[in-house]
Formats: sequence, structure tokens, C-alpha cells
Amino acid sequence: MADIVLDKVSKSFPDGTVAVQDVDLEIADGEFVILVGPSGCGKSTTLNMIAGLEDISSGELRIAGQRVNDKAPRDRDIAMVFQSYALYPNMTVRENMAFPLRLAKLDKETINAKVDEAAKVLELTSLLDRKPANLSGGQRQRVAMGRAIVRQPKAFLMDEPLSNLDAKLRVQMRTVVSRLQKQLGTTTVYVTHDQTEAMTLGDRVVIMRGGAVQQVGPPQELYDHPRNLFVAGFIGSPSMNFLHAAVQDGSLRTALGDVPLGDRVRRELEAADAPRELILGIRPEHFEDAELIDDDTRRRGLEFDAPVEIVESMGSDKYVYFTVEGERASAAELEELAADAGSADFAGAGGNLVTRLSAESPVAEGQSRRVWFNLEKIHLFDPGTGRNLTLHEGRAAGALAD
Amino acid sequence: MAVETTTRAKLRWGLLDVLVVVFALIPVLWIASLSFKTPATLTDGKFFPREWTLDNYKTIFETDQFVRALINSIGIALIATLVAVVLGAMAAYAISRLDFPGKGLLVGVSLLIAMFPQVSLVSPLFEIERQLGLFDTWPGLILPYITFALPLAIYTLSAFFKQIPWDLEKAAKMDGATQAQAFRRVIAPLAAPGLFTTAILVFIFCWNDFLFAISLTSTERSRTVPAALSFFTGASQFEDPTGAICAAAVVITVPIILFVLFFQRRIVSGLTSGAVKG
Repeated sequence: MADIVLDKVSKSFPDGTVAVQDVDLEIADGEFVILVGPSGCGKSTTLNMIAGLEDISSGELRIAGQRVNDKAPRDRDIAMVFQSYALYPNMTVRENMAFPLRLAKLDKETINAKVDEAAKVLELTSLLDRKPANLSGGQRQRVAMGRAIVRQPKAFLMDEPLSNLDAKLRVQMRTVVSRLQKQLGTTTVYVTHDQTEAMTLGDRVVIMRGGAVQQVGPPQELYDHPRNLFVAGFIGSPSMNFLHAAVQDGSLRTALGDVPLGDRVRRELEAADAPRELILGIRPEHFEDAELIDDDTRRRGLEFDAPVEIVESMGSDKYVYFTVEGERASAAELEELAADAGSADFAGAGGNLVTRLSAESPVAEGQSRRVWFNLEKIHLFDPGTGRNLTLHEGRAAGALAD
Repeated sequence: MAVETTTRAKLRWGLLDVLVVVFALIPVLWIASLSFKTPATLTDGKFFPREWTLDNYKTIFETDQFVRALINSIGIALIATLVAVVLGAMAAYAISRLDFPGKGLLVGVSLLIAMFPQVSLVSPLFEIERQLGLFDTWPGLILPYITFALPLAIYTLSAFFKQIPWDLEKAAKMDGATQAQAFRRVIAPLAAPGLFTTAILVFIFCWNDFLFAISLTSTERSRTVPAALSFFTGASQFEDPTGAICAAAVVITVPIILFVLFFQRRIVSGLTSGAVKG
């Protein structure tokens, strides 16, 4: 067990592309850290550099206080679980799990005892004599985990270990991974492109974009206090709504009406280089059917009318999609998020508004509906830099803060 | 109705198959038939021998010439195959795994060698080997065989290596293996069918070669069976050697046919692997 420190670690390729840029990260002993981001953000490259499968171009990597930049993977004493599982097809489950121990030249009895123990933890005992070809996806995944835990390494590295499983099994395996990590208390670095996995698994989440770290923090902090537009759009499902907002006479003109501004935001906007146009971000759960709220709450927000496009009833609440007029919010970050989501029409960036209303709301498709939203939960972003203007000392305070 | 059309289709295809097989096999069967005929009935033009005899086979195994040539053939083909497969495996592994400078050139040149008309190289090779004292020796044949078998070996083997997921090698390294251990304990066992297929193909290439065998040898010391056949005289020089030649031809053909029939599936999958995603 050990801590892992990345000190200004960069990776550039001979053709000049920079995959990872000055990543600073301190992973404490026993911590579960998630690297998350869209494809091509450098998260897998970072993991491979920690593993030793890829050279570090500059910066220093320390495991347990020791510089390991030039050490081969075998000398770093860390185990890795691959997306493809990478089980050796010519060996049985037992031989697969025993492989690292055999390479470490342990004696036969120790090997057998360790393999049996790991198999018991992962409920693989009855499968030990099978070949990987005769296992299901979930079983293969567990064998891959077994091979990693069997030699009690200093750290686990996991490269999208659950992404080849079907949705139901993925949720199940997520808890297995989580429990196993807590049980063993081994430092773990976990790479995923799935923000749900990132939110549910990690002690801390590292969001990456274009080879650079965007924000590091516990999942809830990233969700509530995103430092920039990219983090705000990436974390959360359905994702945050983004609207175009124009600064006019101390308030904001948006498709949802004029949003009043508190002193703090106003001061920000008084600076000479302050943008005249902003992007307003608000999460689906900060909307509510205007009929269902008390007056006290009503005062903290604004109301608007909009035609209902689609209603998705989830039982516990309703996802209601509204069509709103007005200019589209545009920024490089939003386009990148849209491309990653696989749609040019990213839910938050179009004329669509996603809201989560109470199940009691009598909302119906085709009608117009009055909706309230919480001004205290609004985020304002600079479209040029992506910075969250409502964030003060790491805390988001909404549009009204004084 | 449906059953009728399928039986008719089956019949039609069956007929076509038989036609193709007969067309391809008649020369071989003719040689086999000649090898069982007695000298008297050799020229009677009948497909089935009227008098069966094994004399021709006895003759060839009694003459030193044939036995010696058979030993040469087996020895030269085996050594050439072994060297070509080992070298080819290393080259193919590098080509499929690494991005080294000159990789395109290497692949291009090896393709060029495979395409080169061998007959145009025979005279220069003859001169070179005479100068170097390699003419009419085993290495004198083994070397050109390796040269021409290598492209074949590299191509089939790199198709095999490309199919092995690279993650396996990375996993082995993470599990504490050195590069050599990763290759020996993880990659090589998985590539075994490919190595085997390549070995068979290379062996057949060396076994069947006539051009180099006839041009680069002059005595029984290194003459292989295909070349030796053309010098066949039979038991005495006054005898008509046709029957004996046919018997010898059968002897060197049969092992190859059995080989191919037995490993047919493997060879086909080896040749097409990588071309079609299974």
C-alpha cells in the first residue's frame, strides 16, 4: 500500500501532440480516485504512465515516496485491470490468477492458498478450472479483478473495467468494486468515461479535458460547485441546462425571463474585460411546477411559462422537456460535450429545457405550463474562458448573492 | 417443392464439384496408375493397370539415387523451414507490434522478394554460390529457400500476431513478466497454431521446389527428389525409367497430400486469418 504522487506529469508524442499536460495529483494511501473525461482527454494515458506502460515525457511520478519514472511495470508493484480483461486464453482461471505469483517465484502451496482466498472473495471458487472462453462477461471481469488482488500490490489501476458489461451487471459490479476496495484498503486509480460511475465510486474525482485537469474533488462538490462550464456539463444526468444570457442594466436577459443579479455577481461584471454575454446553467432538479410550491420558496426564484414537449414519468418524479425560445448558448466546451455525447444537439445547449418536477405535477404533453426555478442554484459562466462566475472561494452561491 | 429444388441444386453442385475434382486429379491419378504398371503394359493407354505390380517401388528404394535424394529433400526442407519460421516469427512480431523506422521498407522489400521471378535469379545465384563454394551443398539450397520462404512466413505470421490482443502483453508485464517472459509464456502459446500453419506452408514450398534444386546442384550430394527425378534411369541404364519415375513422384506427393488433407482447416484459417474478421 502506498500513496501516488504525480508532479507536473506530461506526455507528448514525437509528432508534437500533447496527450497529458502538467498533471498534479496527490493520491493518498488507500484512497479511491477516479479519472473521468470524454474520450481523448488523456485519462487512459495518465493511467498507463502510472502503470509504466507508457513513458513519462516530463515531470515526476512517485509511488510510496520513491521516484519510479524509469522503472519497468514489473518493478512498480502495482496491478492493473484492463477494459478487455486481458485474461490469458490458454490458461485456466486458476492459472490466470496464479500467473503473477508464479512470476514472483512463490512456492506452490503459498500460490494455491492465495489463489483460493482471492477466489473466495470474488466467488470464483467453482470456476477455477475453467478456461476464460467458457466464462460470462461478469465472470471474466471478476477473474481479472482476482488476478489483480491476488498478490496484494501497492496500488490497483483500473482502465474502464466495467464498460464491456451490460447495464444491469455494470451496476452490480460497481458495488462489488466499491466493497472490494473498502475491504482491501488499497490505493486505487480508476479510469472511466461514465460520469455515473465516477460519481458513485470514488472518494475523489478528477475531471480531465484535453490532457489537462479541470477540477479535483469529492463527487458532491463537483456536482454542486463546478469550477467551469465543462465540469458543470459533464457531471450530472440528465445534464445541466445551458441558456444564453445577455447582461443588461444590472440584470440578465434570458429565455426564461429577466434574472436579477446580486451585488457579488454585479461586481464581477463591472470589470473592464467582463463579458457582456454569459451562459446561464441550471440543473433539472432546480425547477418545479409553480402550482406545487409555497410562497416562501416562490420568493427565492422566478417563474416562466413554456410549452411542454415531452413528459417522461419515472414514478418518483417526472422529467419534463420544454421548448424555449431564444438564442442558443454556444461555447467550445459545450460543443465538445455534445460531440462526446454523440449528438450535435446536446440536451443542454439546444432550445430544449430538461426539468425534473414532482410526480404530483399534473403536467401534460402539448400544454403550456407555468414553471418555477431556483435563483440560488443558478450558475453563470463566461463563454470565453468557461469560468464559473458564481463561484466564490470554491462555493457556488447563485445569482442573488450579496 | 422446396425439397425438390434443394435436391436438384444439390445434384447440380455435386456434378460441378465432381467435374472440378476430376479435372484437377486426373494427372495425379494417371501417374499413380502408371506407377503400378509393368514395363510391358506401360504404354497400353489404359487408365486402370491390367497387371498390378510393386516392382517400380521396389526399384526406387533399391537405388541409392532415390534414397539419397529423399534424405536430401527431407533434411534441406526441414532446416529451411525451421530457420524461416524462427526468423519470420521474430520479424512478424516486430512488424505487428512495433512502429520502428524502416518498417514500411522492410514489408515492401519482403513483398518484392515474394513477387520476384525466381528464374531471373538463378544465374546470379549460380555464379555467387560457385564463388563461395556453396554450389552443390545443403546450405547452397537452404539459403535461397529461406530467402524466398521468409516473405510468406512473415505475412502469415504477422496476420496471426495482429490477432492477439496487445492488452495480453501489457497484462503480462503488469503481472511482473519481462518482455521475454511475456513473449514465451503468453504470446508464443497463443501464436502456436500460426507457427504451425506457417511451418507447413514453408515446408511444402521447399519440398516442391524444382528450379533451384536443378540449377544449384550437380551431384547426389545435395540433389533433392524433384531434381533427382529428372536424372532417373531406373535399375539399369537400358531400362525404361517411366514406371520408376512415376513411383518416385507418388512417393513424394502422397505425404504432402496427406499433410494438407489432415491440416486443411488449419491451413485455410491460417491463410485467411486477419483478412476476414471472425
